[in-house]
Amino acid sequence: MSTTDDHPTVRDWAADFDHTDDAYAADPFPIWDEIRASACPVAHTDRYGGAWLPTTHADVSEIAYDTEHFTSRSILMSEFRPPAEIAPAGIAPPISSDPPFHRQARRLLLPAFAPQAIDKLEASTRDYCTELIAAMGDRDVVDAAREYAQHIPVRVIARMLGFPEDDADRFRGFVHHVLEGVALPLEEREEGMLVLFEYLEAQVQDHVDNPRDDLTSYLLEAEMDGHTLEMDHVGGTMALLLLAGIDTTWSAIGASLFHLASTPADLERLAAEPELLPVAMEELLRAYAPVTMARLVRDDYDFHGCPMKADDWVLLPFPAANRDPLAFEDADEVIIDRAVNRHAAFGLGIHRCAGSHLARMEMRVALEVWLEHFPRFSLADPGAVQWSGGQVRGPRVLPIRVG
Amino acid sequence: MKVHVDEERCEGHGRCYALAPTVFEPDEVGDGMAVGDGTVAPGDEDRARLAAANCPEQAITIDEDA
Repeated sequence: MSTTDDHPTVRDWAADFDHTDDAYAADPFPIWDEIRASACPVAHTDRYGGAWLPTTHADVSEIAYDTEHFTSRSILMSEFRPPAEIAPAGIAPPISSDPPFHRQARRLLLPAFAPQAIDKLEASTRDYCTELIAAMGDRDVVDAAREYAQHIPVRVIARMLGFPEDDADRFRGFVHHVLEGVALPLEEREEGMLVLFEYLEAQVQDHVDNPRDDLTSYLLEAEMDGHTLEMDHVGGTMALLLLAGIDTTWSAIGASLFHLASTPADLERLAAEPELLPVAMEELLRAYAPVTMARLVRDDYDFHGCPMKADDWVLLPFPAANRDPLAFEDADEVIIDRAVNRHAAFGLGIHRCAGSHLARMEMRVALEVWLEHFPRFSLADPGAVQWSGGQVRGPRVLPIRVG
Repeated sequence: MKVHVDEERCEGHGRCYALAPTVFEPDEVGDGMAVGDGTVAPGDEDRARLAAANCPEQAITIDEDA
């Protein structure tokens, strides 16, 4: 995000942080380290109407587990706070829901994302990754973010929801607008949300008219307490599935390729020992965890001396928790065969990423297919790599030399 | 050796059944369950310990003497 009147360049990360600042997108690690090592490991800002940024694993997990003092009514920090009446379901259940509503809304979604269900998507995901590589032709330099990583989750979730696969570019537009446009003026954001919900409405109508075996029809038929779901609930959950799975997985695949392209020793090891990939993947998830969540403070609350006010934002930077030296040995080093790795890349507590099994499958298959075709590769131009800011961090431009 | 998954703590990350598929298995929503009554077959002990050490929610307990 470039500097605007509302978002001047950050000079004081402890008292005036902004997660859309260019420096935070490019390299947040020293920022978190500095805050974590200071007298108060929770940074504050008056931006966004007041927000807090914990940086230790202990603080991030305490807040993630505490659904009494912190509500998920909005999980994307922006100038807009949804009204309290929207709880307990929130805009996009179950990610925006609080207990006890949350439990049921989540439970009805989970079987579709359990490992047994995800296994069935592996073959088509592999075919698609192979097609993407074939489409690159025999060029020496390709953009691994734009020509590879970004397409994989879009295609997979479109198939799961039963949306036209040709709409992929439109999904990406929605995602970009909602997740990476948090510093845009409110009217512009609202407009973008409206376009998204109109699109979903058309897809829902198509499924009402022509029910079929996909997640959209499943949601339309699903029941909670003996009743089918409210239309807002169906639309919100579909928006969640579309938005939450795309930017995030794209980021995780891209960051993994970035690491391997810039760390020849790890690439050689993985090319020689492909069976190490599942372990390596967990370390890449720890070290480059893409997702930061947000909560709103329910009522005024003193959090270890931080005077949090009702409706203050709290960011939950799981990637910062994953780099906490008190929680991980050599936290700042990527150790590709790290055996004990209790990382929090998919969150902690009741909101553990519902799509984590899908994300891991996509990531593993994407890396396997890439490594099969390109056992040796490197950054073509390190200075050209661009990372997204905000709450989902990953490479958006990633030129890689494959030939 | 016997393993136990605390249902209240487990959030379905799935690290246990990925690392020790003969000791843990997923239920229909992806939460981890001990296979059978949780008794660990000879030779699977290290895998069981590794799974417990990797649970992000620290939901797994191991009774070494059972």
